[in-house]
Amino acid sequence: MARRVKARHGFTAWAVLVYAFLYLPILVMVIFAFNKPSPPALAAYHGSNICGIPPAQIGNITVWNGFTSCWFSAGLHDPTYIPAIIVSLQIAALASVISTLLGLGAALALARMRPRLRAPFDSLVYLTLVVPEIVIAVALLIFFVQARNYLHFFPELGKGTILLGQVVFNASVAMLIIRARFVGMGDSLEEAAYDLGSGPLATFRQVTLPRLMPAIVAAFLLSFTFSFDDYIVPAFTNGTTNTWPIVLFSAVRFGLTPAVNALATIMLTATVLAVAITAVILRRGRVQATPSQEQAPGLDAALGLR
Amino acid sequence: MAILVAFSLATQRGFGSLSYGFDISQFRLVGSSLYVTIFVRTLVMASIGSLLTIAVGYPLAYWMARYLTTYKLLALLLLIVPFWTSFLIRTYALKIILDPKGYLARDLGINILYTKYAVAVGLVYNYLPLFILPVFASLERMDWSLIEAATDLGARPFTAFRQITLRLTLPGVVTGALLVFIPMTGEFIIPDILSGGNYEFVGNVIGDQFQQAQNQPFGSALAIALMAVLSVFVVVYILFARKEERFGG
Repeated sequence: MARRVKARHGFTAWAVLVYAFLYLPILVMVIFAFNKPSPPALAAYHGSNICGIPPAQIGNITVWNGFTSCWFSAGLHDPTYIPAIIVSLQIAALASVISTLLGLGAALALARMRPRLRAPFDSLVYLTLVVPEIVIAVALLIFFVQARNYLHFFPELGKGTILLGQVVFNASVAMLIIRARFVGMGDSLEEAAYDLGSGPLATFRQVTLPRLMPAIVAAFLLSFTFSFDDYIVPAFTNGTTNTWPIVLFSAVRFGLTPAVNALATIMLTATVLAVAITAVILRRGRVQATPSQEQAPGLDAALGLR
Repeated sequence: MAILVAFSLATQRGFGSLSYGFDISQFRLVGSSLYVTIFVRTLVMASIGSLLTIAVGYPLAYWMARYLTTYKLLALLLLIVPFWTSFLIRTYALKIILDPKGYLARDLGINILYTKYAVAVGLVYNYLPLFILPVFASLERMDWSLIEAATDLGARPFTAFRQITLRLTLPGVVTGALLVFIPMTGEFIIPDILSGGNYEFVGNVIGDQFQQAQNQPFGSALAIALMAVLSVFVVVYILFARKEERFGG
């Protein structure tokens, strides 16, 4: 018995370490959002707002130089960061809506298709998941450029192509999540609805859709997160459009100011708050204790488990 | 969607930037020693990264499934929260932590920035949650009374773990490992930031061919070669999954 308790403590200690490892960089990000430019840079700079200092002259900001909170307003007024964030939000919103709809349609169609017909479609979907993203990105770039040469209605490299590129990947993910739920719930309730005289459309709206909702929401949120944080596909297919990750990457390479940390901190706080509020509302709204399994199919399906 | 997927496949096979002739010289170039070295390095690093991820992640998933009850969901959520901060910023923060002038290097003597060790840390850091989730799911489905039965029948805890827990969760572990291994081989941001260009992956070379050198045929050839190498792993995985389906629980 004593040994078992010891093992348990060992695992707990390990877990604490791993979580510390996961959160240390985030903590550093938040702390360094309040970092001052380096002392020599400050001495050489004669402006009134120390956060107005050009990134090239900021000096070494990977060590702690002192506290300031001015990066938050500097970040919020930045002429490149803010538009890039807005572009990313637009693309992510559109991409996740389109992917979820496509994923929903494909899931419903594929789940009840004959296996022999389904196999090629299935392998295509899995292919988008097992091919490294950079390969997809490169393929998309070639494809978009070629397509534009032959079909003039095709969008130029920019928001449109980024969107299309992300839909390819996200729709597959959404499809897998929704299909896992759809297959898992069986068709007995739908048959019951038909037996009771309900038409196909009414059955879909009143029976199928509500029961698929958790998976649809999970697919939507996951697509949104992937799309918003995606660097590789936009980096190849962006043309001249800048998304937030692209701006970030060039900032990381060529000189980044704590304003970036400040903006990231704001976004993280907003997301955590939004999730916390949603969780509270969901808990209130849940009259009978629904088992938390509602979430589970989405999660493990998202990771290609089924 | 199917059309889009099909298109993306078609273009992967088509080398169409300048001439469409059938020309294997690009593939010869891929076979030259410099690029083979990079390929081998990428695969080795991705394997090391995946193994480290297993070593770090499996105990955590085990802890979550075995010992947590009320806080299980919270622990899961805490694994996902890091994803809400751009991985670029998190990787940059890792760079701050590992900076030669930072506390880790100065006071503890761990000065690994711009080396392969930093890249390994970055890989494990970024892909850890992605591995833990499927493994956790398979541990969740496990029936713990089997372990009790085994120990009651005289098995030592470690033996019970090896013969039951590990055996039953192996599909989850393999899935999770493949799930992190494949993106790791295509990674080019983590090596770029954390090795300062000293330690390139195939992804960096592909990216450079398209974005700087403008040598699209060669970049495509590299991409195809990467896919070809990876498809070997995927085929092995599918065979493994088939076997599991037939014999495993």
